[in-house]
Amino acid sequence: MNLIKNLVVAVVLTGSAISLVHPASAQQASMPKIDPAIVEAYVAGTWKNTSEAWRARVVQDETQKICTATSNEPAGTLFDQIRDTEKATVVFPADDVVIGDWKRGAQVAQRGTGGQFSDTDQTPRGGNCYACHQMSKAELSYGTLGPPLTGYGKDRKFDAAEARNAYAKVFNAMSVLPCSQMPRFGFHKFLTEQQIKDVVAYLFDPDSPVNK
Amino acid sequence: MAIRSSLLASLVVALGVLGCGMFASRTAQGQQPAQDLSEKEIERYRAMISDPMSNPGYLNVDRGEQLWALARGAKNISLESCDLGMGAGKLEGAYARLPRFFADTGKVMDLEQRLLWCMASIQELDTKDVIARRFSGPGRTSDMEDLVGFIANKSNGMAYEPQLQHPKEQEMLAVGAAMFERRSGPWDFSCATCHAAEGKRIRLQGLPDFSKPGKAAQETMGSWPTYRVSQSQMRTMQHRLWDCYRQMRMPAPDYASDGLTALTVYMVRQAAGGDIQVPSIKR
Repeated sequence: MNLIKNLVVAVVLTGSAISLVHPASAQQASMPKIDPAIVEAYVAGTWKNTSEAWRARVVQDETQKICTATSNEPAGTLFDQIRDTEKATVVFPADDVVIGDWKRGAQVAQRGTGGQFSDTDQTPRGGNCYACHQMSKAELSYGTLGPPLTGYGKDRKFDAAEARNAYAKVFNAMSVLPCSQMPRFGFHKFLTEQQIKDVVAYLFDPDSPVNK
Repeated sequence: MAIRSSLLASLVVALGVLGCGMFASRTAQGQQPAQDLSEKEIERYRAMISDPMSNPGYLNVDRGEQLWALARGAKNISLESCDLGMGAGKLEGAYARLPRFFADTGKVMDLEQRLLWCMASIQELDTKDVIARRFSGPGRTSDMEDLVGFIANKSNGMAYEPQLQHPKEQEMLAVGAAMFERRSGPWDFSCATCHAAEGKRIRLQGLPDFSKPGKAAQETMGSWPTYRVSQSQMRTMQHRLWDCYRQMRMPAPDYASDGLTALTVYMVRQAAGGDIQVPSIKR
């Protein structure tokens, strides 16, 4: 069972063409057709009272548009296009050290605040990893939208190249898997470089509870 | 008042029991059994609090009944001639068939949009204050939550009958389906990110699958509006969607906007045939 789970994680991380299957796509076909311009008019009307600064969040970038239009299953050249575009956005630390402090990484993984309209600029930001992933076996309150990440570094023999891949994945998940459901934390500058390094440490440090 | 405080006391006891149960399951059990046990404890908690006689949401229903009959606005008349789709003043089954197209406005409206329109046009009430109090809080009641509680309750025991004949209703359905899948914001989320697969959870919270018609959508829509124990308030679907967008890191959507109604049309369509029992009581 664990082997299968690890295989799934490995396949997703190496950027194979397996996309997260979306049952929504099949049923959307039965929906009445609609001009995308009409949808955008409704969207604009839904955030009419939103400030200029916040309204930017409603505007889709090219990648979000393609993922929406393809129900997260971009085919052929679209798949390659997103992967290449997103790969070009990944900024590795200047000194190439991708592993930070796993204890601070644990806080980033646990924290579900920051960036909400109920938060302030001072509210600490987290990656909220546990909302979707199992990580440390000791933490029972974990979500299941993403694959389990228990034993992540250990299963990869704490390999330096794998740690670098993980940094890229957290920085911009779509550089590895186009239309991944995971937020592009570094691309959007939602998490800082240090926070991403700390999360990678939580996954790769031999002392981290993730690897116990 | 005595009755009310004893109800609250039993709620507190229920919560305490739940807390103990969950704590025990965390410490005494292994991983998978603990998960199952937590699920069971949450189920037991839901069963315990799901009692109309101890659901504070029924206080909102009572207030809503008074508000419906209260004369106010420039015309100093009540809402009793408001047509929610079943004829003037007819409330039975109205909620089960909303949102729907209204010829007098040429628009598809959900219950909240329709009530605001009735207030403005029938009562000539300045709805600014009503909209300011759209979500209740400490020391602040919400006319809208009260009225929705009262009116939705009049569809109890009935099944959702999505109204999709009119071209405008078809347009709303298509827009709702598209908005459900539309990804944006600093977390790249859409509604489908969390609500398009069966049996998924955020942390320990189960997520209803709204990507297809069926039980999950029926049970969810059939239990809104609801009394939220964690917020000590009655909440409507307008609030639920507002809170979803908050967690998605999106800006706050406008209250009673057509986009939220489109999403509601889509969700009610997926919940067709679902039994309505409201106000329910939830975590």
